[in-house]
Order: sequence, then C-alpha cells, then structure tokens
Amino acid sequence: MGRYVIRRLLQMIPVFFGATLLIFLMVNVMGDPVAGLCGDRKCDPAVAAQLKKDFGLDQPVWQQYLTYLGNLFTGDFGRAFNGQKVTELMGTAFPVTARLTLVAIVFEIVIGISLGVLTGLRRGRPVDTGVLLLTLIVISVPTFVTGLLLQLLLGVKWGWVKPAVSPDAAFDELLLPGLVLASVSLAYVTRLTRTSVAENARADYVRTAVAKGLPRRRVVSRHLLRNSLIPVVTFIGTDVGALMGGAIVTERIFNIHGVGYQLYQGIVRQSSQTVVGFVTILVLVYLVANLIVDLLYAVLDPRIRYA
Amino acid sequence: MPEPTPRKDDTAISTAGAGGAMDLALDEGASLEQPPGPGRSDRARSLWSDAWHDLRRNPVFLLSGLIIAFLVFISLWPSAIASGDPLACDLAKAQQGSQPGHPFGFNGQGCDVYTRTVYGARASVTVGVCATLGVALLGSVLGGLAGFFGGWFDALLSRITDVFFAIPVVLGGLVFLSVVPGTTVWPVIAFIVLLGWPQIARIARGSVITAKQNDYVQAARALGAGNSRMLLRHITPNAIAPVIVVATIALGTYIALEATLSYLGVGLRPPTVSWGIDISSASAYVRNAPHMLLWPAGALAVTVLAFIMLGDAVRDALDPKLR
Repeated sequence: MGRYVIRRLLQMIPVFFGATLLIFLMVNVMGDPVAGLCGDRKCDPAVAAQLKKDFGLDQPVWQQYLTYLGNLFTGDFGRAFNGQKVTELMGTAFPVTARLTLVAIVFEIVIGISLGVLTGLRRGRPVDTGVLLLTLIVISVPTFVTGLLLQLLLGVKWGWVKPAVSPDAAFDELLLPGLVLASVSLAYVTRLTRTSVAENARADYVRTAVAKGLPRRRVVSRHLLRNSLIPVVTFIGTDVGALMGGAIVTERIFNIHGVGYQLYQGIVRQSSQTVVGFVTILVLVYLVANLIVDLLYAVLDPRIRYA
Repeated sequence: MPEPTPRKDDTAISTAGAGGAMDLALDEGASLEQPPGPGRSDRARSLWSDAWHDLRRNPVFLLSGLIIAFLVFISLWPSAIASGDPLACDLAKAQQGSQPGHPFGFNGQGCDVYTRTVYGARASVTVGVCATLGVALLGSVLGGLAGFFGGWFDALLSRITDVFFAIPVVLGGLVFLSVVPGTTVWPVIAFIVLLGWPQIARIARGSVITAKQNDYVQAARALGAGNSRMLLRHITPNAIAPVIVVATIALGTYIALEATLSYLGVGLRPPTVSWGIDISSASAYVRNAPHMLLWPAGALAVTVLAFIMLGDAVRDALDPKLR
C-alpha cells in the first residue's frame, strides 16, 4: 500500500507540471499579462515595457515559469489586477466553492444512487423508463439553461428559494445552485448505478445470498450495493475536480462569489496571476481526488490489493 | 437484404478468414440476446451490417436521425423556412411577444426570435461536426499508433493525456478563447479539438491493443504482413467501433460546450448568430420576456438530445455485450 501511494504520488508530478505549464503558456505567452494593469485603455508602449521589466516578463519563458513555480512553493501566488494578494482571494473563494461542491456531491450520492438502485432493481418497469427518460433530458439540457430555468421558476415565479446567493453563501442558500451544479453528473450517476446494479443482480453471489435466506434489504445493501458502487465511486471522485472547475457557470447564474467568479473576473480583467494560481489549485484538487478514489478501491473491493 | 450495406462490411469480411470467424462469433452472441427477426437471412453478417440491421428498426435512432437531418438541412439552407434576416432588428418591437408572422416574438434588440433560432442552428451544427471530425481524426490516429507500437511513444502519449484530463474543460475554454479571440467558429473548434482528442486517444489506444492480440492479427503478422497493412486492413476495421460510439455522443456535448462558452461571452461573438449568445442576452430579461430565453434554449436542448440519443442507439447496435 505504501509503495503504491508513493508511485502514484510520483506519477502526479509530471501531470501537475504539465497542466500548470500549459495554462501558464496560454496566459503569459499567447495572452498579454500586463494588458490588464492599465484598466480599459490600451497600455502606453513605454509603460508596458517598464511593467514587463519590473515583473521579469522580458526574460525567457522557461525562466518565468521557474520563477513562478519557485514563488508558488514559498506560498506566493502573486497579486491580482487590483493589488490584492491572490492567496487572499483564494481564502474567500475556495470555502464558498467547496461548500457548493459538497452540496452537489451530496445530491449526487443521495439522489443519484437511490434512483440508480431503484431503477436497476426494477428494470423495464414504468419507473425505470421514466427515470431513464428524465436523465436523458437532464444530460441534454446544458447546465446554464437548467440553471436559468430553475432560477426563473423556483426563485422568481414561485419564490421558493432566493434567486441569488448572499456573500456568506450559507448551506441553505446553496441548495438550488448545488442541485444545478450536480444535475448532469447526477444523471450520469443514476445511469451508472442502474447499469451496475442490474448487471450484478444476476450474479451468482446475489443468488447465493437470496438462497441462504438473507432478507432482501441485507442482500441489496451488503452484497449488491457494495459491489455495484465501485464504478460509481470512481465517477464521483473524478467529478470533484470537474465540479469545482465547472462551477464557473453555476456561480455566474446565482451570483456566488466563489472560485468560478474569481476566475471569470481574472480572465475578463486579464489578471494572469489570478488565473494561473487558481487553476494550479484546481489541478491539485483533481489529482488528489483521483488518488483518494484509487485508494478507496481497496476498501470497497477486497480483491484489489496494492503491493 | 434489399438495403445497401455500408462498404465497411465487405472489407471486414474479406480481410481474413479468421476475421470473418470473429464477426460470426459476435453475430451469434447477438442472436442469443435477440430472437431472429422475420427478415433475418442466414448469411454470416459482419458487426457493421448487423448493427445497421438493428439500427433501422430502432425508433430512437429513426427519431434522432430525423431531427439531425432537419437540423443539417436548416443549417445549410436556413432561408428555406425563415424568410427574414436574423440581423434585421427594430428596437421599437423589443421584447414583444408572439404575433402574426413572428411566432416566437422579438428579443431585447427587437430581432425576430424565430429567424434567429433557425439561423442559430448553423453555428451549433458546424462546431459539433467539425470539432468531432477533428477530435476523432487526431485522437484515433495518435491513440491508435500509440496502442499499436507501444514503447516510448505510448508512455509519452499516456502522460500527455493525463495532463489534458487534469484541466477543467470550461475553464480551459475561457483561458484559451480569451487569448485567441475571434468572431467565427474556428477558435472554438480549435479549442475543442485541442482539449477533446485525449478522450478519443485513450479509447482508440485501448481498442487497438485489444484488436492487436487477436489471433487473426498474429496470423497476418506470421504471413509477413507489414505494419501499415496490419493497421489498415486488420486492426482499424475491428477497433474503430468504440471510437465511433464515443465520438457520436461527444458531438452532442461539444454543441453544449460551444453554447456554454458563448453564454460566458468567450465562445462565438456577435454578429455570429448562435443559441448560446441569444440565451446569454435573454437571461437579463428573463423576468419580463421568458420567450426570448425559452426558444433558443429549447432548440439547443433538442439538438443535444438528438445527438446523444443517436450515440446511445449506435452504441447499443455496435456493442452487443452492453445489451
């Protein structure tokens, strides 16, 4: 187990550097990193040259990247366009998005898996067809359309929830945004669980469990579910990173000041330090989530042993 | 069988005796799941003609095919069903609802929503089709070569795909398109190809590795076939099915991605007519004039749904194991 973790950690290193380098190149080489510092007007060429010199942007790209990484490892993420430290922005943004992602994941687990088990055990019945159709529709309607429609219906027309989220972004305000963020993944989790449960329900070990007289509840929860959840756990784990990155759209609709909001501002105002810094953290989250998923395998499936 | 079978059948059957035997085995597997229909002939069918046989009888395939044919038609000749000009707007009519001659009403600029919804199909279909073609070509060539040759190229490609998977898609799109601006569809297509190929490359790699281990490929090698002949004649016809399935489903998601990026203001930009742009501008007036949002959003949803249903149907037909 220990050796496996070390090998996985080593594998994460090139991915981390590759992904940050890619974003770094896009922002700093293809884009213009000082353009955002002069406000809406174009920078005066002399000012731009001086700024580039001050920030070390006249040096070769590889040297800039190394300097940036060196600063990262000492906890210096640079400053946003308005002089605010990027780490400060992260301090306010990440807790909000983490809460939003948590709400979304809970929705995925509770609703997605329940619906999946329900339909998987009743394959071909009306409830199965209905849920399948519903998931197909949810997958097809892009998140921003679902979000706008739910905001219009639940928030504005019927007044069940507040249409926008306050800066505190408490859990109860994040229910609707969390559901919207989760919607597409929720549909995938339902379908994945359904397929997996339906497949395993025919397995010999389930027949054995039924034959030896276990109550149906125990067969489903202890034997069937534990084996069926392995692909679902993989999906949800890899989804954590995608949800945090994909929260841009949801946060824009519901005016949530989280990671997506800050990133959007960073991109619109061409604040390269904000963009690269946030993306770096998001890549790290994705990598760690994937590592945890791989380790969880061993817990869920005792047949898998890591040497 | 009166219907013309796709040309691929002939190549799949004529490749090698062993290849035909494998197809026969697949066919038998399929017939176990499904009782033989009335028009089923005794001839050994390849995976492809078997799939086509199933697809023609699948209502989901027919429905989605019909919708897609209609979409392609209106994106080629939008003026056939919408006589107006999508850029001709009259501010005096801004936000007005449905009226004779203008069934969907007017948007915030006073443009006709019906005309704009019809013309918006072109951007979505172009992005979806071009991006999918690019992704499928690049991904299957790189992934296929990596799977076939293995070695350092395979190792390098696997690491590169890992890197691309770690970047959130919408985020990558925002960054890429903010530094490569343009009002046309091409920057968006370039971005989707850039970020989408690793997905197909992984599928193609795995599929080629599976096909490579088949006896008929070993037999071809023993008979002295060169690399290019093995790849083109023996491996490609037997490894391409998963790529086609994933690419078809991806097409729908690429259309949704284009609309999302346009909604965020970095994808397509005016004066290009796009559902994403229209939904974005309508979202500000959604309280007073929801019709401006609902029509383009509905068109977008139906389009994505059609492509995803098509992908589902193709997958069911091509992969008998999944039934």
